Amino acid sequence: MHKLLRIVVMGLGMLQGACSIQPWVKPYERDRLADPIMSWDRDAISGAYLDHVYESREGSRGATGTSGGGCGCN
Amino acid sequence: MKPSFRNLARPVATAALLIVGVAGAAVLPDDRADVFYSDYRGGGMDIKGESVLVRKKFSEQFAVEANYFIDKVSGASVDVLSQASVIKDERKQKSISLDYIHDKTQYNLSYTNSTERDYISNTTHFSLSQDMFGDLTTLTLGFTDSRNKVGENNGTAFAPKIEWKGSSYSRSFVAGVSQVVTRDLIAGVTLEVITDQGLLSNPYRIVRFVDNTPGNAVGYGQAQQTYPNTHTSTAVEGRVKYYLPYRAAASASYRYFDDTWGIRAHTAELGYTQPISNLWLLEGRLRYYTQNHATFYSDLFPFAKSQNFEARDQNLASTTNYTIGLKATYAFLPDGWKIFKRGTVTGDVSRIRFKYSDFRDIRDYGVANGYSPGTEPLYKFDATIYQIYLSMFF
Repeated sequence: MHKLLRIVVMGLGMLQGACSIQPWVKPYERDRLADPIMSWDRDAISGAYLDHVYESREGSRGATGTSGGGCGCN
Repeated sequence: MKPSFRNLARPVATAALLIVGVAGAAVLPDDRADVFYSDYRGGGMDIKGESVLVRKKFSEQFAVEANYFIDKVSGASVDVLSQASVIKDERKQKSISLDYIHDKTQYNLSYTNSTERDYISNTTHFSLSQDMFGDLTTLTLGFTDSRNKVGENNGTAFAPKIEWKGSSYSRSFVAGVSQVVTRDLIAGVTLEVITDQGLLSNPYRIVRFVDNTPGNAVGYGQAQQTYPNTHTSTAVEGRVKYYLPYRAAASASYRYFDDTWGIRAHTAELGYTQPISNLWLLEGRLRYYTQNHATFYSDLFPFAKSQNFEARDQNLASTTNYTIGLKATYAFLPDGWKIFKRGTVTGDVSRIRFKYSDFRDIRDYGVANGYSPGTEPLYKFDATIYQIYLSMFF
C-alpha cells in the first residue's frame, strides 16, 4: 500500500512537471499554423459526406480524424 | 480590400494568440451557414445530396450547430441489378450539436437521426478536447452510441412494403492527439474502436452457390447472407500537415484497419493546398485504399449452406480503389454584407476507380454466354462525385 502511494505521488509529480513544459513553439510563432490552409477539415459537410461515401463502399471505418488543430485554436 | 484567405488567417491567428497568451482558453469557430449540393454517379447509381448547416455562437463559450442532409438515391447497384429490381429511396439525416468551452477544454454533445424507408438510425455522441502543454497538444476523447432498425422493402420502388428484420447497436470509442511539432508542422494520431451487435448484414445483398441442377441456366443458386451478430473493429490513423515556405500546405495520412471479420485495410492519402492571388484556394487530393476479404466472404460458395456464416457483399470482398480529387474555393464579400462578414463558394470533383479481386460481375453473363459460375469478369467501376457549396460566415 505504501509502495502504491509512492507511485501515485511520483506520478502526480511527473504530471505536474509535464504540465509546466515550456512550449517550444511560442504563441507568436503560430501564425502559419493558424492559417486556414493548415486546417485539417475546413468544411464539415463535405468532410462528413466523403467519409460516408467511402464508409458505405469499403469494409473499413473510423479514425478519420480528430477535432482540434493543436494550435491553440481548437 | 480584396477578399483573401490570408485576410481570413489574420483574425484567426490573432484570436489564437489572444487565447494562448492572454485568456489562456480555447475559442469556438466562427458562426457560419452553408448550403451544400452533391451528386454521386457510378456503379449504376445516381445519388444526389442536399444539405444545410447553421452554426451559431450564443456566447464565447457556447455554440449550437444544426444540420439537415437529404440523399436521393436512384438507379441500382450491381448486386441489385443481378436481382432485376431498381432502387429509389431517400435518406434524411438531421443532427444537432452543442459545443461548450471551459478554459482549455471543449465539450461536444450531438444527436443525429437518419431515416430511410427501410433503415432508421439514432446516434448520440459525446467528446471532449483538452489543450495542454502550452497548447501544443490537443487530446480528444469521444464516445458514440448508435441504435439502428433494419428493414427490407419487399414491395417495389414505387409501392414499398417494408418488413422490419431486426436491429443493431453500435458503440464507438475514440482517442486522438493532435500535436504542434514545429512552427510549420502539425501531426495527429487517432485510434477508434467500434463494436456492433445485432443484425449486421445488408438484406438486399445475397450469396450464390454452385447449383448444377438440370434446367438451371446460370449454374448457380442464390440465398440470404448470414453474418455473425457481433463485429469489432480497430482503426489507427496518423497524419501530418506541413506549411511550405511559399504559403502552401502539404499533407499526408495513413490509416490501418483491422476487424474481427478478418479484414485488414490500408488507406493512404496525400493532399496539397495552394492559395492563388488571395482570392482562390486550390486543393488536390490523392487517396489509395486496399483491403482483403472477410473470412466468411466468397463470390461463389461450393454448395448451399456450406458455412455457418456466408457473405457476398462487395464491401467485404478483396478490393482496391484510387481517388483523385480537385477542389477550388473562391472568397468573396471581403468587407461583409448585412450580417455577413465574408463568404466562400467551393466546387469539388472527385473521381474514384473501384476494382475487385474476388467479386465477379454476374450481370449479362452466364453459362449460355460461355461463362460458367466463377469465370465471369471481375467487377470494376468508376464513380464521379461533384460537390458545390456556399459558405457564409457571420
